Amino acid sequence: MSSAPHWIQPHPQGIYVAPADCWVDPSVAVERALVTHGHADHARGGHGETLATPETLAIMDLRYNTRAGAVPVAYGETLRLAGSVDATYLPAGHVLGSAQILLEHAGERVVITGDYKRRPDPTCAPFELAPCDIFITEATFGLPIFTHPPIAEEIGKLLGALAANPEACVLVGAYALGKAQRVIAELRAAGHHDPIYLHGAMERMCRLYEELGVPLGELRLVADHTKEDMRGAIVICPPSALNDRWSRRLPDPITAMASGWMRVRQRARQRNVELPLVISDHADWHELTRTVEEVNPRETWITHGREEALLRWHELHQRKARALALVGYEDEDEDD
Amino acid sequence: MEQFAALVDALIYTRSRNGKLTLIADYLRVTPDPDRGWALAALTDGLDFPAVKSSTIRNLLKDRVDPVLWSLSRDFVGDTAETASFLWPEPLRPVDAPPPTVSEAVASLAAMTRASVMADLPRLLDRLDAKGRYALFKLATGGMRVGVSARLAKVAFAQAFDVEVDKVEELWHALAPPYAELFAWAAEGAAPPDTANMPLFRPFMLAHPLENTEVDLADYVAEWKWDGIRVQLVHVGGETRVYSRSGDDISATFPELIDALAIPAVLDGELLVRGSHQGGETGGAASFNALQQRLGRKTVSRKMLAEAPAFVRLYDALAIGGDDLRALPWSDRRARLEALMPRLPDSHFDLSQIVEAENFAQLAQIREGARDEAIEGLMLKRRDSPYVAGRKTGLWYKWKRDPLLVDCVLMYAQRGSGKRSSFYSDYTFGCWTADPDEGGELLPVGKAYSGFTDEELKKLDRHVRQNTVNRFGPVRETDKSLVFEVAFDSVHASKRHKSGLAMRFPRIHRIRWDKPAHEADRIEALLALVRD
Ligand SMILES: [Zn+2]
Ligand SMILES: [Zn+2]
Repeated sequence: MSSAPHWIQPHPQGIYVAPADCWVDPSVAVERALVTHGHADHARGGHGETLATPETLAIMDLRYNTRAGAVPVAYGETLRLAGSVDATYLPAGHVLGSAQILLEHAGERVVITGDYKRRPDPTCAPFELAPCDIFITEATFGLPIFTHPPIAEEIGKLLGALAANPEACVLVGAYALGKAQRVIAELRAAGHHDPIYLHGAMERMCRLYEELGVPLGELRLVADHTKEDMRGAIVICPPSALNDRWSRRLPDPITAMASGWMRVRQRARQRNVELPLVISDHADWHELTRTVEEVNPRETWITHGREEALLRWHELHQRKARALALVGYEDEDEDD
Repeated sequence: MEQFAALVDALIYTRSRNGKLTLIADYLRVTPDPDRGWALAALTDGLDFPAVKSSTIRNLLKDRVDPVLWSLSRDFVGDTAETASFLWPEPLRPVDAPPPTVSEAVASLAAMTRASVMADLPRLLDRLDAKGRYALFKLATGGMRVGVSARLAKVAFAQAFDVEVDKVEELWHALAPPYAELFAWAAEGAAPPDTANMPLFRPFMLAHPLENTEVDLADYVAEWKWDGIRVQLVHVGGETRVYSRSGDDISATFPELIDALAIPAVLDGELLVRGSHQGGETGGAASFNALQQRLGRKTVSRKMLAEAPAFVRLYDALAIGGDDLRALPWSDRRARLEALMPRLPDSHFDLSQIVEAENFAQLAQIREGARDEAIEGLMLKRRDSPYVAGRKTGLWYKWKRDPLLVDCVLMYAQRGSGKRSSFYSDYTFGCWTADPDEGGELLPVGKAYSGFTDEELKKLDRHVRQNTVNRFGPVRETDKSLVFEVAFDSVHASKRHKSGLAMRFPRIHRIRWDKPAHEADRIEALLALVRD
């Protein structure tokens, strides 16, 4: 018997909040959607009304041109929805604008994390812990093998490879929303102020980040420059372009990739990555389990990722948990 | 150990041969003896620590990690050593000993016994980080799988110290890790070790597959290609050794051959076991199945020796009576070998016969007609070819007979290991017990891991994920809708399999996305091909 509240209902296409007649991160177009963050598997276009942080709305607008029906919600602001449901958006620390959504109804608190991490990230507000009855969490890196190293170590590896190969360039595959900007911001924080070159597909999102108040230093487009210009420079592209013909215009690129999956050697080998950088915007195993302990919910629901191991951990710690079979949440293998 | 661990990781991520050569050469130049020698042995799988097995690692972790979390992790990573390196709990109190050197690790691993390993190995692990633990596990269990062949390591060695690679190759087999004399000679200019009276392995001459090529039988001679294992027999200074294709000393596995060769010689041939099968005029060879029982054993029982006695079907001579014959044309070496045969005991040696044919077309017919178990196809050897190491274009060809084909249905899939650990790439397939419309069921008949392109693998992986009807741990049962045309070399009766059949070398020949599953073959079709 589940002690789950009847008013919050997991369906294959998303989480339905019955009294308010709205959905959280639905994978199909709905009348009213509460969206945690701008990644494609959480934010889809075509909803009648989209309730999200201003940053997430700006990201969605950039991707889907969905200005219509946009309802901005600031962090910490509480919205009264229909059916006496209160919704509060709290920072999730995942990417710019990412939020956990706290829903309160009939004396019960439910937190839906979307994607999150607990580590500092210069490009977004840090995760805020919210005690609740039902904690609905992701589990992208929900296996005990995942321990993300301190990002300074990985940035150090990147700068080390750059210094050792002054005639080459280091090509870093990084997801266009969040990862790329975080890597750039961390490089700046580490004192690297040379121009950083971008694949065309990264440009608009980087500009948007800057408009939204995240400084990224001097950025240049690969297309506007010669091979010679890029010797000794860092170039950032989407993971899909890493082994693409596109990279032939670069001077002897050393292939790097910034992703939590790079922890596993064969994952890096599969992508022909020479310099794996274990940098993730998701919580690792220790962050996931620590967060459950700190939130200390009556029950944990797991939306997507490696739910079996996290379920097992709950069992071992005499905690209640269930996996939701949501569709459309891709294994964020490629995008992390 | 940190430098070695860094080298191992760098090799994993380096694609180019030149990149690998530079990494190894740099390591060998700056690393002191005997660490570099042990490292070299580890990279080329030259170390063996009987007390440490993959199962040892599993058992160590079983005491420290929940078994469910362990198996989920292992399934995801696809590699026991790597999984264990991640999951090994950091010591509660920091250990104040520095990480062990490679030599210290080797000495300590060599001293471990089955009784002590569970207590000793943790002490080493506690002094290492995850990368170091990974390198230690790989070093301890063998099989580094870092894309470094023994040949590549030798080339890197030659490059590091600017010496000739052929000389390295020759000395290599004469010496044991940590190769102190080898480094003394190459790095410090000491005199090379004397090898005249050592039973050394000489690299094999290998063949290219004959693809859409016709050869003139005036220039080439045909021999059967036997389905055994290629061996080199060396007798020098009163000692006999049997080497496998990779240069491993397998003398202990086939002791009957040690006594049988008492003439100084280096001979090349196919190791087979006696059986009721034909194949060659001078005695029967059993199918590969029978030989398989003898492989990989460190000791052999008397019963085994009596039931499956080994013999060698000779086809070349590299040296006889102290004369190195390798520079001579094949026809001269063959004549020397034929002349030697009467001096060898026919209980353990026979001669691989020449296959006579009028012309290439007739030879093709002969090859087609050969369904003998011990025959894999034909070898074509240039009559004037010297015996040269490796694969030289145009000298030797192998011409395997066409495979047998059967249509099977995909039943189960499992994730691969290594590079394929995220794909369902190991397939179990079955044939129908009877007409499926009249109640026939599928019975597994074999497993295949190869024969498809990377593109096809992706499609197959998607098919498996989308058509899973059941999961058993790492195995997925599919809806049995996809037909594989499976190619295989032969099929045998087997008590170990439910179907009573075992295929040899099954591989996916074609994926029949178009073919309905009920049109796949029945078990009878396979039974008809059994020749045991
Ligand atoms: Zn996300
Ligand atoms: Zn996600």
